[in-house]
Amino acid sequence: MSEVLVLIEHSEGNIKKVSLELLAMAAGIGEPSAVFVGPGADAAIATLGDHGAKTVYVADGQAFLDHVVVPTVDVLAKLVAEKSPAAVLIPSSADGKEIAGRLAVAIDSGVITDAVAVSADVVATQNVFGGATIVHSRVSKGTPVITVRTNSIAPVQSGGSATRVDVAAEVSAAAGATKVVNRVSVQKSGRPDLSEAAIVVSGGRGVGSDEGFASVIEPLADSLGAAVGASRAATDAGWYPHQFQVGQTGKTVSPQLYVANGISGAIQHRAGMQTSKTVVVVNKDADAPIFDLADFGVVGDLHSVVPDLTARVNARK
Amino acid sequence: MKICVCVKQVPDSWAEKKLTASDSTLDRAAADRVVNELDEYAVEEALRIVEAGEGEVTILSMGPDEAADSVRKAISMGAHAGIHISDPALHGSDALATSLVLAKALEGRGFDLIMFGSESTDARMSVVPAMVSARLGLPQMTFANKVEVSGSNLTIHRVTDYGYDEVQSSLPAVVSVVEKTNEPRYPSFKNIMAAKKAPMETLSLADIGLDAATVGLANAWSEVKDFAERPAKAKGTVITDEGNGAEKIEEFLVTQKFI
Repeated sequence: MSEVLVLIEHSEGNIKKVSLELLAMAAGIGEPSAVFVGPGADAAIATLGDHGAKTVYVADGQAFLDHVVVPTVDVLAKLVAEKSPAAVLIPSSADGKEIAGRLAVAIDSGVITDAVAVSADVVATQNVFGGATIVHSRVSKGTPVITVRTNSIAPVQSGGSATRVDVAAEVSAAAGATKVVNRVSVQKSGRPDLSEAAIVVSGGRGVGSDEGFASVIEPLADSLGAAVGASRAATDAGWYPHQFQVGQTGKTVSPQLYVANGISGAIQHRAGMQTSKTVVVVNKDADAPIFDLADFGVVGDLHSVVPDLTARVNARK
Repeated sequence: MKICVCVKQVPDSWAEKKLTASDSTLDRAAADRVVNELDEYAVEEALRIVEAGEGEVTILSMGPDEAADSVRKAISMGAHAGIHISDPALHGSDALATSLVLAKALEGRGFDLIMFGSESTDARMSVVPAMVSARLGLPQMTFANKVEVSGSNLTIHRVTDYGYDEVQSSLPAVVSVVEKTNEPRYPSFKNIMAAKKAPMETLSLADIGLDAATVGLANAWSEVKDFAERPAKAKGTVITDEGNGAEKIEEFLVTQKFI
């Protein structure tokens, strides 16, 4: 059975959930091999093996922290040449897509981004135009390079173990062309990451103010352990930071539960959330198009319904 | 300082988008055509860099004949010249072909900075800037929300999920900027008039030295097997709040095992 390379996304060895999901997806195509670049592999190998990786290729070194994207591409290109895998699966993050794009150029192969499923014969399913159209596509030249969205498949704990294979990492001229001189962390809210969260609580024009986000939307999100999102109307008004915008020009999310509060549901917004598994809507306007997506909707004032709901969820704990 | 900003003409992001049944490519007639919104941040950033020192901004776009409108539109923000690559053989080109064409058109023109919006609002792949960087062998300085040029050195803030990385390179380099990096200006009347007279090169594949057999739908590195519109979602339950709205949502969340 052919190997399927899975690029593991991690933060100093803490494996991101999407990486384990990709191992489960790879198992449906061939034999999953994890590719772990940067420091922290020692702690990760057992977890990767337990989630289906038969081999973990490890390329450690400062290079992966010092330079943007390219060192990882160099490692993947080398592994593709040596192992002739059936496919390369990469998380659909900003870095992941750039890695996929450069890798495709390096190995002269086709690339598909934002897949939500990949079949045994490497046909990818994508939800394009914000989920309005479902596309099946395949790579017709070279080794398929496919980026896969978070929450596309559940991780599978197989109880297996993986063999570690170290790969030499050299800094190519292209990799050395950029230098990361400083890493700056902005304060984290303690909430889950918007694009990975299982539950997203969002607010729109109906929230009315930044104060509305702080006193109504965030408490509901925290009661549910959810990430907070916002519509473009809300971020353009300055009520909530732009990086939390869900929509055509913001983030695309596909959580188990999406709670839309005071959001009308313009295409601009729907394009970022309509593949959510379950949608709950609170909106004053019974004609708002967002109700077309609702599994459960309440026509009412979010400023009374949402705090009541928050209290109820908290009371159940 | 010579800056080239690559722009894409896309369907309006507030409109429904469709694929064409016959060949699974974007139906460009189904919606108004506009300059990709994220590219406007790149044009604005380029103009600010030039205005803070000296230089010229050129707009480059690959696309069908109508894309010339988007080149003029981008120039009318205050840029100086345009390059439009248009060729019937380009129809259906994928990202690999697009990056090949752009790289070929940029080669040897001596731009210090090649700038992009971080993604297009139609395909949303976010790969072309990285691909062009790879093809030209220039530093990849992408996903920037801050761009600083000092002599022949470039510093950006690359947006990450934890905040940002401060990244440095030399010039020339390939830069992509994210949304909200700046506030793109509206074209002034003076600049709209100037854009009509701005020099515009319209180039075919042969003009940039590329064989038609390397691009287009038939030569793409990937292919669409089939596509379908998502079936409309089954109508859910919608109630009117009579003081019991929260209680009903709570019940729903319990039956769905969310709480």
